[in-house]
Amino acid sequence: MRGAALGIWEFVVGDDWRVAFGIVVTLSATALIAALDLPAWWLSPIATLAILYWSVRRGSGRSRLMTK
Amino acid sequence: MSGPQLSLAIAVFLACAVEAVEAFTIVLAVGSTRKWSSALFGAAVAAVVLGILIAALGPALTVLPIGILRLVVGGLLLVFGLQWLRKAILRAGGAKALHDEAVAFQQESVAARRDALGEGVDSYSFAIAFKAVLLEGLEVAFIVLTFGANQHDVPLAALAAALAVVAVIAAGLVARAPLARVPENSVKFAVGVLLTTFGVFWGAEGAGASWPGGEAALPALALLILTGSWLMVRDLRAGRPQLAPEPS
Repeated sequence: MRGAALGIWEFVVGDDWRVAFGIVVTLSATALIAALDLPAWWLSPIATLAILYWSVRRGSGRSRLMTK
Repeated sequence: MSGPQLSLAIAVFLACAVEAVEAFTIVLAVGSTRKWSSALFGAAVAAVVLGILIAALGPALTVLPIGILRLVVGGLLLVFGLQWLRKAILRAGGAKALHDEAVAFQQESVAARRDALGEGVDSYSFAIAFKAVLLEGLEVAFIVLTFGANQHDVPLAALAAALAVVAVIAAGLVARAPLARVPENSVKFAVGVLLTTFGVFWGAEGAGASWPGGEAALPALALLILTGSWLMVRDLRAGRPQLAPEPS
């Protein structure tokens, strides 16, 4: 049972849980903004690139990325 | 065929092709070093399991309300897409070694020769081939289900996946060797961009946002994600030596 749960976690969340967490936060914030009748489409693309940036940065082991 | 349907078919075809190449290498390794019949039997049983999964879950997903479906599917596609894209960026940028089918084939073959070969069905060949096809295919099955359910066209997604498998097997039969020339990382990069694009689009729609221009926003989103990813690759390349290929 524990093995199956770990397998599902590994399959869905992958090797960086922060990515999945960031997506949940992003979509929740989008829902909140949309519920206030404000334009909410802009948040997901920006947040997604930010999540990817941080994940790549962690994966590469570099302290600074995209800066020269 | 509409634009989103074409994108759906391309994304599923590419995702399935790249996973099929990896599964093909393992089946080829155990089949050629041990027993072809057992390896093919294992691969076929895994393919049937994946088919049953898609046939069982596909109709169940399509009855969900469209808002909830888009939110869940968008979120899942984002998780999968960002995982693919992250690895592809790290590999393209030299921060992670490239996947090499020839090396993977060599290692699987060495491992397969270690166990003694018995009579009848060779359990080693069966288990390795089954596991390879099931594990590589599981993510593709979810991509087929999520894309297909959201577009209300699971059959189109399943057809694209089946065509990719047929194409890889045909190429493998012609080459009679691991498909080492397939630009796996470029394909994974493209799939990552497509999954992330649709994930952002459907996830935000499911959360209640409205896109300016509706589906016309999709190409702009894809371009934005592609550009951002390319900038990350470029920056990684600027500061790193290239790594040797890795088997898996």
